Amino acid sequence: MRLLFGSCFTFLIAAAIGLGATWLTLTRGVAFGTLTIGAWTAWPKSGSVDIDPYARAIIARSGELPTGMGDGVAFYAHTDDAGDNFDGRCTFAISGLTPPARYWTLTLYDPEGRLVANTIDRHSFTSEEIVRDVDGRFVITVAALARPGNWLPTGGIEKFILVWRLYDTPIGVATKTTKEGPMPAIVRKGCS
Amino acid sequence: MIRAVLWILAAILLGGIVHLSTVLAMPQAAKQDAYSRLVPLTPVNAMVQLAPPTSETAIMPFMDPAFATAVCRYDLTGGSIKLIAPVSQSYTSVTFYTRKSVAYYAINDRAAGRRTIELDLMTPEQHAQVPEEEDVTAADRLIIESPTAMGLIVLRALAAEPGLMPMARRALASATCDIQPVQ
Repeated sequence: MRLLFGSCFTFLIAAAIGLGATWLTLTRGVAFGTLTIGAWTAWPKSGSVDIDPYARAIIARSGELPTGMGDGVAFYAHTDDAGDNFDGRCTFAISGLTPPARYWTLTLYDPEGRLVANTIDRHSFTSEEIVRDVDGRFVITVAALARPGNWLPTGGIEKFILVWRLYDTPIGVATKTTKEGPMPAIVRKGCS
Repeated sequence: MIRAVLWILAAILLGGIVHLSTVLAMPQAAKQDAYSRLVPLTPVNAMVQLAPPTSETAIMPFMDPAFATAVCRYDLTGGSIKLIAPVSQSYTSVTFYTRKSVAYYAINDRAAGRRTIELDLMTPEQHAQVPEEEDVTAADRLIIESPTAMGLIVLRALAAEPGLMPMARRALASATCDIQPVQ
């Protein structure tokens, strides 16, 4: 009797621990092989055969195709440099140096990876279409309402994420320091 | 008391096994992975352009809207595949994925170094059957080995500005992926 009770208890706890840990790691993401620069995080190995089992499970579940290692690398940001979550009702300024790459794109998604509806049908910027000042510097303003210059609309959604993709770049698995790959700073400018 | 601790230890150990096995089983169990999403939209061994992602519909999450995308869903059981892709004006890349979305090879236009990207995709067995002298004489013949018989070739062409999207799509339209019957 005691054996039966004990084993039932053990199986229940085991299922709870096991499935709970799986759910947590797949929804929150795990920190294997990450390359973090400022608020930006990339998983360069996810674009190769060296992808870890957790990243494989996450990709299989979401249905996305990861950026291949010979193609480029994708950096994800969920917060600004101060650690505040991206809220579509707030204004964020993105500026600074970009890592060496032939082209880059910056895209705004909702947390599920869908593009966000907005009045001007703008979901991303490429390195070619950005408006720069005479020194080649740029500022991208992420906000719900129209802004002069490079305005990336949030559509006013509660939570969004930014993906910075570098194409034909030396940044990857071997990158260790932020000196090799400076990423733009993200600063919150206030909320409406 | 000791008995209760042992039960809890056993539970933790078993929980770890459950966790690892569910993570490892996920790619097999996933019903909405990229390949499954593309099955109703793409024929086998033919290059097809994908509809660009919009805020209403997107075939896959996290697609880059600045790119025109074409997919060849391949099956190598009938022979190897010859991929010919003209490069677009700004940037073109080819990425090879297994049936389970693992990107096992990617190349861009600069690495390919020509006006068109030309590749032969085959299984390791088919590669072993390629006559050796043919392999050597055709030095610029690029052969890619697919770890699985089925998978995806994804061709991406950048439209550096939204106005250049028609040009990027036109470049992809002439890309082909044809099966080379076994001699």
